[in-house]
Amino acid sequence: MNIVVCVKQVPDTWSERTLRESDSTLDRDAADAVINELDEYAIEEGLRLAEAHGGEVTILSMGPDRATEAIRKALSMGADKAVHLVDDALAGSDLLGTSAALAAVLGQIGFDLVILGSESTDARTGALPAMLAERLGVPQLSYASKVEVDGSAISIHRLADYGYDTVEATLPAVVSVVEKINEPRYPTFKGIMAAKKKPVQTMSLADAGIDPATVGLANAASEVTGWAKRPPRQAGTIVTDEGDGGAKAAGFLAERKFI
Amino acid sequence: MAEILILADHDGESVKKVTFELITLARTLGEPAVVWTGPGAESAQARLAEYGAAKIYVCPGPDFDDYVVAPKAELLAELAASAAPAAVLLPNTAEGREVGGRLAVKTGWGILTDVVGVDQSLSADQVIFGGAINVTSRVRTGTPIIAVRPNAITPEPAEGAAVIEPVSFTPSETARQARVTGKVVAERGARPELTEASIVVSGGRGVGSADNMALIEKLADKLGAAVGASRAVTDAGWYPHQFQVGQTGKTVSPQLYVAIGISGAIQHRAGMQTSKTIMVVNKDPEAPIFELADFGVVGDLFNVVPQLVEEIENRAG
Repeated sequence: MNIVVCVKQVPDTWSERTLRESDSTLDRDAADAVINELDEYAIEEGLRLAEAHGGEVTILSMGPDRATEAIRKALSMGADKAVHLVDDALAGSDLLGTSAALAAVLGQIGFDLVILGSESTDARTGALPAMLAERLGVPQLSYASKVEVDGSAISIHRLADYGYDTVEATLPAVVSVVEKINEPRYPTFKGIMAAKKKPVQTMSLADAGIDPATVGLANAASEVTGWAKRPPRQAGTIVTDEGDGGAKAAGFLAERKFI
Repeated sequence: MAEILILADHDGESVKKVTFELITLARTLGEPAVVWTGPGAESAQARLAEYGAAKIYVCPGPDFDDYVVAPKAELLAELAASAAPAAVLLPNTAEGREVGGRLAVKTGWGILTDVVGVDQSLSADQVIFGGAINVTSRVRTGTPIIAVRPNAITPEPAEGAAVIEPVSFTPSETARQARVTGKVVAERGARPELTEASIVVSGGRGVGSADNMALIEKLADKLGAAVGASRAVTDAGWYPHQFQVGQTGKTVSPQLYVAIGISGAIQHRAGMQTSKTIMVVNKDPEAPIFELADFGVVGDLFNVVPQLVEEIENRAG
């Protein structure tokens, strides 16, 4: 089975994230960069499926040079090889541009199964897996908390507010995963050493056959027109429980007419 | 006045509150035209009229619930082509964002997600990076597709004609590739849905065990609230994953958010920071969650919460 896991490098949630003054895009230099957390679950699921059914796991990442750090981490977990779509013209791409670029690469490298994290911790749109499925014309199996493959049949548990749906389809397909699905492995020392020798193919827009007019900030279908740091909330009333904390809390709720 | 297409969120019987929020918002932008997929439109008609729906496009079949998302996006694309709306509004739920994303690919129109307000020029407000930054943004290619965060808009009644317009529609083979073959409903009693609820009571690591989550549920039930949980709680298996509030879970924006035994790591704050009123119970006075609190109690939740429950009972008579 030819499994491709899409990986995004994002600013660490623990560092201060902000936008750039010049063009209102993510300030990648202001924050530490890490692999998007949910993508680690996607990598883990890809590795487990390849271990169970045979096949290869390819990492696909679109991002600046620095994204090689995320790619190496993915390879050190056990993925076989990687494709890095890197081109200055991609900077500032929106959902339409990003999905078009990734779909173009996926079309070129081929796949039985594409796995992604269900959303990124920076943009948090959660729409990309569905948009990739739409562009590729393959089934969308998103928000998976469980994945099973049997020959060319694939089924998932799709997480819902009320519990989950069971969803079935035929490969090739796009799957997105939630963190309930597994426990990602830590890279071993051996894995880290081996990752240094694994092939990483870099692709430019031209290599992938992507029209530069469809990607990048200048061609984005949406734009940020302004932004400001959110003012801190007004300091509230903090009391220490001296045997009456619950009563005081009830008093607050009554004053605000919640009870 | 141009139509504003609204994808109705409903379960075939009841209309989700976010639908009324979207209609309320749409009234300020144009003529609200609700798109109703599946059964139940006739019984919902009166309520949709109450909030000012001018029109309801009703497409009872195919059985939309039998397929993941794609048929809804195809239907919206057809209506968007024939109705030439000024904007398309969807709920910022897992499904709403996916339908919107697919519609964006089909039309080439720009999409904005997790929007908390839209003005008459169709400029949208968003709150990003865990509540750290307010952003205004707009779509500059095509008709704006906008996914609006539930509870961000206050629904207000206004008379609408709510004229039903039947739509016939056949989804493509491609849209029927991902088949829903079963639905497993977890027990959650009569509590409101997390993202829809006016009040959310969430438990964190301090709750200590799965059994102790009953205390959170008890307080929630006294307040008519939904139950939420921090990542620590869902990771530990103390409460089901779908109730997680935070960066990798749900974003909620209720009138009242009660955080119990939650320290307030950025991941959690990302999911609840735009709540209107926030109350906190935590034994650690240094817990960052207190920075967000309108009212906070520093104390042992196992003393404070039972007393709070008792006080609410007393006040209710």
